[in-house]
Amino acid sequence: MSAPHFLVHTKKDAVGVVVVEGVQAGMPLTGWVMDTDATISVAARDPIPLGHKIALREIKKGEAIIKYGHDVGQASADVGEGRHVHVHNVKTKRW
Amino acid sequence: MDRLRFWGYRRENGRVGIRNHVVILPLDDLSNAACEAVANNIKGCLALPHPYGRLQFGEDLELHFRTLIGTGSSPNVAAVVVIGIEPGWAGRVVEGIAKTGKSVEGFAIEGNGDLRTIEKASRKAKEFIQSASERRREECDIRDLWISVKCGESDTTSGLASNPTVGNLIDKLDPLGVTSCFGETSEITGAEQVCASRGETPEVGRKFLAAWSAYNDVIEQFKTNDLSESQPTKGNIAGGLTTIEEKAFGNLEKIGRKTKYIEVLKPAETPAKGPGLYFMDTSSAAAECVTLQAAAGFVVHLFPTGQGNVIGNPIEPVIKLTANPRTAREMVEHIDLDVSGILRREMTLDEAGDRLIEITLRTCNGRLTAAEALGHREFVLTRLYRSA
Repeated sequence: MSAPHFLVHTKKDAVGVVVVEGVQAGMPLTGWVMDTDATISVAARDPIPLGHKIALREIKKGEAIIKYGHDVGQASADVGEGRHVHVHNVKTKRW
Repeated sequence: MDRLRFWGYRRENGRVGIRNHVVILPLDDLSNAACEAVANNIKGCLALPHPYGRLQFGEDLELHFRTLIGTGSSPNVAAVVVIGIEPGWAGRVVEGIAKTGKSVEGFAIEGNGDLRTIEKASRKAKEFIQSASERRREECDIRDLWISVKCGESDTTSGLASNPTVGNLIDKLDPLGVTSCFGETSEITGAEQVCASRGETPEVGRKFLAAWSAYNDVIEQFKTNDLSESQPTKGNIAGGLTTIEEKAFGNLEKIGRKTKYIEVLKPAETPAKGPGLYFMDTSSAAAECVTLQAAAGFVVHLFPTGQGNVIGNPIEPVIKLTANPRTAREMVEHIDLDVSGILRREMTLDEAGDRLIEITLRTCNGRLTAAEALGHREFVLTRLYRSA
């Protein structure tokens, strides 16, 4: 495949990481799931900066955010597929 | 793989360094001016000014001595001049360094004043630097190499590619007998159980969890919010990291997929169990952590960064790698190895690990790192609590 727009650590993950600059709402994106070497697609519904996360599926408020196949925090608001996932809708479970 | 080799300086105690510094080491803040004057008088010497060394007590004082003695004892250091305000504590540092067999001499300012101290210390420093300048590198096996790792100003590209590149190197070099070290106790929060499972034995894993738990207790005692913008930092958040848990799993990628750590070290404690990977209980702040690892005897440091932490260390060369294409482009003078090709699928992790081994060996052979060329010499002592 050509250079992916986003990378996903494991197939269990709810989020991918955008690895290119200039992702805008409405753009169809191609992602590489690193542990299975699979290719997936999702449409961005927000502008998402390089290095920031995109929701690969709908995530309900209170649900765990899975990345690296592990729980890395919880949704503090409902997050739709293709949305920007960051401090505005995810909180740590520690501290 | 053929045995990997590099050119290093074999010291009196058998350890191998990759630099040949003569250090002018202040015991305390009051002695910084004299140390800097000596280093100005005698070209090629390296003064290490710092703000501490007075009225410390208990474990905090022991850590101060361990860090200073360890810094002077580093195989990257050929000889040391120690200056203190009074002879007692300066003498303790001299005695500690002398156990390595290297040249070391102490001077005290009280009863002499700065000027007489500077003159005497400068004459000794001149003798040391001329002697050190005649040392020659010899070919050494990779098993003589002690490597420390710590990431900084991380972002999501760190966990995706630059930290796994370091991990790939560790997985390849651990079986060859290198001694290596990771730390950042607080930054493993969220992944602490996974980290505990990477101990070679359950006992070592439990020892790690005890160190993590004690550190976390301090955070719980003093925190006023969820630490967002401190841990993760503002820069981490700008780079896309959201929570400490997310940062922790990325951090842990540096120890590879299969290597197990064999022991848990106190801050600045020198490994004593032979070759293998060690965990050291450290701050997650870059300069504090690298200063402790250098003081424990590690001679070359691998530092993956996302947003572009610019840290260096005065005695332990810091090799910087990034997978963030924007950082590689905009902060190019700070980056020794660009692995952003992993994100574009132009480079495999295995290839990136091989390139990191290559740049590490070239650095060991004498190539200056970006941080060395730019003059980054962050020497930051860890304090455990207030002075008496």
